[in-house]
Amino acid sequence: MSKTLFDKVWDAHVIKKIENGPQVLFIDRHLVHEVTSPVAFLGLKNRGIKVRFPERTFATADHNTPTRNQHLPVADPLSANQLKMLEQNAAEHGIPYWGLGHEKNGIVHVIGPENGITVPGATIVCGDSHTSTHGAFGAIAFGIGTSEVEMVLATQCILQPKPKRMRINVHGKLNAGVTPKDVALYIISRLTTSGATGYFVEYAGEVFRDMSMEGRMTVCNLSIEMGARGGMMSPDEKTFEYIKGREHTPKGEAWDTAMEYWDTLKTDEDAIFDKEVSFNGEDIEPMITYGTNPGMGVGITMGIPTADAVEGGAATYAKSLAYMDFQEGESMIGKPIDFVFLGSCTNGRIEDFRAFTGIVKGRKKAEHVTAWLVPGSHKVEAAIKEEGLLDILIEAGFELREPGCSACLAMNDDKIPAGKYAVSTSNRNFEGRQGPGARTLLASPLVAAAAAVTGKVTDPRELLELATA
Amino acid sequence: MAYDKFDVLTSSAVPLPIENVDTDQIIPARFLKATEREGFGDNLFRDWRYHPDNSPKEHFVLNNPIYSGKILVGGKNFGSGSSREHAAWAVYDYGFRCVVSSFFADIFRNNCLNVGVLPVQVSAAFLQQIFEAIEKDPKAEIEVDLPEQSITILPTGAKETFDINPYKKDNMLNGFDDIDFLLNLEDDITAFNAQNPL
Ligand code: SF4
Repeated sequence: MSKTLFDKVWDAHVIKKIENGPQVLFIDRHLVHEVTSPVAFLGLKNRGIKVRFPERTFATADHNTPTRNQHLPVADPLSANQLKMLEQNAAEHGIPYWGLGHEKNGIVHVIGPENGITVPGATIVCGDSHTSTHGAFGAIAFGIGTSEVEMVLATQCILQPKPKRMRINVHGKLNAGVTPKDVALYIISRLTTSGATGYFVEYAGEVFRDMSMEGRMTVCNLSIEMGARGGMMSPDEKTFEYIKGREHTPKGEAWDTAMEYWDTLKTDEDAIFDKEVSFNGEDIEPMITYGTNPGMGVGITMGIPTADAVEGGAATYAKSLAYMDFQEGESMIGKPIDFVFLGSCTNGRIEDFRAFTGIVKGRKKAEHVTAWLVPGSHKVEAAIKEEGLLDILIEAGFELREPGCSACLAMNDDKIPAGKYAVSTSNRNFEGRQGPGARTLLASPLVAAAAAVTGKVTDPRELLELATA
Repeated sequence: MAYDKFDVLTSSAVPLPIENVDTDQIIPARFLKATEREGFGDNLFRDWRYHPDNSPKEHFVLNNPIYSGKILVGGKNFGSGSSREHAAWAVYDYGFRCVVSSFFADIFRNNCLNVGVLPVQVSAAFLQQIFEAIEKDPKAEIEVDLPEQSITILPTGAKETFDINPYKKDNMLNGFDDIDFLLNLEDDITAFNAQNPL
């Protein structure tokens, strides 16, 4: 029978099917961080059991860590305690732990691929919804809750009903100034934040084939924001090129064996999807969000839609605009902003820093703008320095922070103050996500850079033109 | 994690007729620093419930003594966003055993089922009827019958059935969790691991 990419990877990991119930899925790699794991480890302790396969489990500290002075003790006692717990739990169970200051430390979804933990055809879970990022390599990767973290620690398996299959095609080419982030925000704005709920998405089409691995990660990362369980893409030469030789990828004969399996990871031509949608790359322009969920995005030159043009309740829509202090129909261009956040597992990789730097080069940060530039990992940080990007950023009036989730979820001190506007390259613009009362405009690194140097929402294409003219 | 068995629940309900209620609203990230599973109910809907100075926001429904009960009724696409199970803990810890909506986000639904909160998905029309019944009488009782998989608005008698995976239903009825089940598959798991290429 013809199978989709998703079916192939899923079916290869099913240990048992419960009649009328979920399936027992074996998990190849489990990523653990400090926030969603302590209660799971406590559960193991109460049951008197150990982590079943510590060699399949990797721990990092990222969600709740400062982005300055990481060499000093963490000041907040609750955060410090959470970090200490993870370190202890990792030591007790023999799990590799890449804590603060470790050269491999960084955001869990950035360091997975960097260190070759993420490979095609694997099943990968983590107690964080943006685990979908790893789908860029042709893995089935999804976020889980703490009970499930405990489940995987205890048994390396998870009980899951098999999601339905959906394919999202984006054909054609992207216009200049349009990035993978814009493609994802465009799709979410079309499908809404619940448009893919119950599905596992496969991305297909020329636009994704043309994307770098970094770009593919950004797209898969945002799958969860359309409600999908996860998103994935077929591995190709770019994928194998990227992973080859990384620390945890198979070597020698093991690589060849894996390659035999990886070569099969394509959707069969006549395979059937439960749902399929298609878009054209040429129709997409740089995107920005105006509301309080990631589906509330528009092309940067379009105005905020009027209530009658959006799906869903008018009251909910009005509440959202009131929170942002925006009016229906208004233009987004020219809106003054206060903060810029470049970072997160969505856009905190080297390519994102290159894009940002490309725009700010030879310009100056707007004086009233506070900019937080937070690399996704120490490896990204090192590359920023090696490639000379840091000098350009400093010249333009920016500074670089130390890696972590930072203002993406604002559990640490990096909180946008109430009422302030932030153009953020992260993934969620929910009320209070970046700090109580904070107002978030999600966008690409290019849009963020344009806002950082002009102090307002600006079409980055204008600055790109000047740069290339 | 062990929780109380669920059978038939009859209770008044708390209405929250807002769509896309995300888990950052249910429990803001700054309350995720705990290393134990206690006390999350106090911070359920924290920023909708309290002013920054911790005084209650009078207009928010949890601060309105007219409304009470073990059932929370929310608008469409309830529980979107972050995978934090703390959201489901907060709902449970506050005292809710059941959340009713016309649509749930996937991870939140799973998390609820894992911690003993029953997510009941009803039609949009039925959801509207529930909101109307509560508006008419805040003490209006709703009956959620898990064995029968039905939900009834007692004052009007309106009734709908709901779906639940039979395996999860069995767990809920017995207060079991998945780990007990998986631990019994030890031999299968060891065998699978041995032939796994990755
Ligand atoms: S950067 Fe944000 S979305 Fe990514 S892992 Fe950290 S908190 Fe989660």
